[in-house]
Amino acid sequence: MSAPLKVRINGQPIESPCPDERILLDLLREDLNLTGTKRGCDLGTCGCCTVWIDGRPTLSCLTLARSAEGREVTTIEGISPGTGMNDVQRAFVEKGATQCGFCTPGFVMTATALLRDRPHPSREEIVRAISGNLCRCTGYTKIIEAVESAASGGTS
Amino acid sequence: MSAAEPPREYRLLGGRIPYVEGPLKVTGRAEYTDDIKRPGMLVGGLLRSPWPHARLRAVDVTKARAMPGVYAVLTGDRYPTPFGVLPITHDETAIAVGKARYIGDIVAAVAASDERTAEAALAAIRVEVDPLPEYADPQMGLGPVAEPIHARGLAGSNIQKEVVQHFGDVDAAFALARHAIRVRGNFAGVTHGFTEPMATIAEATPDGRLTVWSATQVPHYLHRALSEVLGIPMHRIRVIKPEVGGGFGGKSDPLPHEIVCAALALETGRPVKIRFDREDVFLTNHGRHPTQNEVRIAADAEGKILAYDIQAVIDGGAWSSFGTVTTYYNGVLAMGPYRVPNFRYRGRRVYTNKPPSGAMRAHGGTNIRYSVEVALDELAEAVGVDPFDLRARNALPPHSTTVNEFRITSTSFRACLAASRSKSGWDGKFRKLPYGEGIGLGAGFYISGSNSPIHFTPKMPQCTVHLKVDMDGGIAVHCMQADIGQGSNTLLAAIVAEVVGADLERVHVIRVDSDVSPVDLGSYSSRVTFMMGNAARRAAEDLKGQLLRAASELTGHPVDQLVVGHERIEVRHRPDRSVSFLEALHKAMEKVGALTATGAYSSPPMGGTFKGARAGTAPAYSFAAYVAQVRVDAETGVFQVDHVWAAFDCGRVLNRLAVEGQIEGSVHMGLGQLMGESMNYRTTRLMNPSLLEYKILAPQQMPKVDCLLVGEDDPEGPFGAKEAGEGPLVATLPAVANALYDAVGVRFYDLPITPDKVVKGIEERRRSGRAWKGE
Repeated sequence: MSAPLKVRINGQPIESPCPDERILLDLLREDLNLTGTKRGCDLGTCGCCTVWIDGRPTLSCLTLARSAEGREVTTIEGISPGTGMNDVQRAFVEKGATQCGFCTPGFVMTATALLRDRPHPSREEIVRAISGNLCRCTGYTKIIEAVESAASGGTS
Repeated sequence: MSAAEPPREYRLLGGRIPYVEGPLKVTGRAEYTDDIKRPGMLVGGLLRSPWPHARLRAVDVTKARAMPGVYAVLTGDRYPTPFGVLPITHDETAIAVGKARYIGDIVAAVAASDERTAEAALAAIRVEVDPLPEYADPQMGLGPVAEPIHARGLAGSNIQKEVVQHFGDVDAAFALARHAIRVRGNFAGVTHGFTEPMATIAEATPDGRLTVWSATQVPHYLHRALSEVLGIPMHRIRVIKPEVGGGFGGKSDPLPHEIVCAALALETGRPVKIRFDREDVFLTNHGRHPTQNEVRIAADAEGKILAYDIQAVIDGGAWSSFGTVTTYYNGVLAMGPYRVPNFRYRGRRVYTNKPPSGAMRAHGGTNIRYSVEVALDELAEAVGVDPFDLRARNALPPHSTTVNEFRITSTSFRACLAASRSKSGWDGKFRKLPYGEGIGLGAGFYISGSNSPIHFTPKMPQCTVHLKVDMDGGIAVHCMQADIGQGSNTLLAAIVAEVVGADLERVHVIRVDSDVSPVDLGSYSSRVTFMMGNAARRAAEDLKGQLLRAASELTGHPVDQLVVGHERIEVRHRPDRSVSFLEALHKAMEKVGALTATGAYSSPPMGGTFKGARAGTAPAYSFAAYVAQVRVDAETGVFQVDHVWAAFDCGRVLNRLAVEGQIEGSVHMGLGQLMGESMNYRTTRLMNPSLLEYKILAPQQMPKVDCLLVGEDDPEGPFGAKEAGEGPLVATLPAVANALYDAVGVRFYDLPITPDKVVKGIEERRRSGRAWKGE
């Protein structure tokens, strides 16, 4: 058994007796009960498991938990302000960008990172950014609208 | 994207109502089945057959049972009672009994302390089999076969269901016809592709009860199946439906793993969870049937339809599922939105050793309507009329009866045609765009709720809604309707709030729980808005009546002088005389305590008396006319759909956000089937059981979608509404296929239309010496 894994998750230092083969998604969902991050395909194709590692959107189902050693992992729980919502989340609700909602945390993580880095992205940039996330309900139309709306401060 | 929105008559309904559970979903706080943990919970694992068809000689579980950490091992003989979503075709078992019927069939199950132990236990199970002949192609099963997949196959064949219908005189109509069109279609199977893999948790407790949490669209049918197979009365089983991450029909059967999970919980006395990975989801399938069909249409010199003559052979896979219904739908859903005076249909659904086919969004209507709409495009060309004019000429009138005795009430099909024609700029584009660009029309027709409940015992409404209001003023809504993302919770809350004048935030839709939720049959056949909507309205009217009587006592004005306002009850024309919602509530509660109210919906009697007459009858139908515009790269065959004008008749729009969402999502799913989705088999082995290999459309591939909502009020729909969940898919596919013809002069009868087929089609057309649009 290796030494415990040391990682920061949503700002808190965590030590976990993490087997080497443990996937980050399992560490989050099964060990830490951070169930907002979803398991959709186990193959890195659907984006439902998107989290940030050091701020960068990452597929947690394709990431060994050990590879996050010493780094900062942010999940949907980490960007959600307590009992409220951030601007991206509010736009997703208002625009109807979430139907079944299972892909939504992944999209929110991707979109929030995009708007942090590119506060006023073009439509093409939005489409490119979310092209690693699959949604079967919305046809992406209202997701793109929500990101555009959040980018313009919720006025569009 | 929407056109200008018409003025509203209601405070909430008709607006854009954000989904009530949205804030939980966007923050990761919505609870799906796999997010739930129970103390002491075990992991359930399934051993799946690697054989397509095999007699099970022995399933030896001795070693697995003796392993530390293994709590139970089950084989098919423990709970052999057959089940299935339709009572007339119970041919599934929780675990294979006697033989395995497809690669993926469950042959044993374990409950273990963790996933690794479960996997090790499954690996330790020894299965001895005698391989049996493998049936991959439904054509192989149309006559007697050496080893029928099920004993119930028709006359020693693998035919699960044969439907033969004839109305009028089709041969006489063809003899008189000026035009006869024939198309033959071949459609690959496609699957739902919802993002949440199935998951079930079951827990049996010492009080003799069993609780099951499951990702299901049909909690009531699951409740029944659990009771039948496990031999436990329904009142000792509690079914809970957490949030469900999409269904599209894929979670609309009671599924074997749900029963296995409950059986493992009964065996162990511990909570058990079965969680699917994506391959499990693909192997469970129940997606759209691979289909071979032939459509012949007879028409007079003006293009008036005289007759349809249709045949279909559909590949059912290993089980019946909804297949009997699918077999009927492949014929009867071909007719609307047109008047067809003579109709003949022969449909056969054939078992094969593949993952079962079942109900998928626009179930039974998608493939046949594709063939019909392509045939009508050919007919318009043969007659020399515009495709819009041809369709308008044949439109079913409102309040009419079809030749097979469907009752048509509202139809705004003509308004759909007018809207998509004008908004798309059709008249300036059809056959006028440069080579490689094209525009096409496809029409749609779908049931707004199956008139037939699946079970006829006991006799009961198709939906019941209960309301409870206590002194806090919150309105709790109980109903077993299954929100799977389509927004039915939101509609339920909005209807109640609308009728009683309450703020939406007063209304709490309680999670589906069979202990407290009155029965609704579930989310399938696009029945929820129509049936639940009517039941909710009646329950809310009941509550409103109680509040009005209390307000009458408080104000001294008779009830007929009172009206519901926003959060208050007012005296008509006397705005100074009113009481608040809470004042009326508290008055009404004085003697009885918390108020309760109830409402129910049963669809009216309809349909003919011939065999199968009920299939396809519905209390209303949706209609559609879509125009698609495409661009084709004639060298590579790659095409892009740029724009879809989706004119849809769902009656009155109740939640514009949800209707647009259903249309946009339907266009996405329909284009997926058209452009590339395909369950690829090597004989019976599914070769692409992952989202890496089974590609659903990415955002770059989505067209601009204009939702043109032109429906008039339906006389029986709640506030005039009809369905918008499945019908919006149907017209997408033929609109694009007909646009491709306009672009490059090639007809496509088989789906999906991959670039290689486009290139081949163009080459064949050129070889035949036929030029297209000045190419």
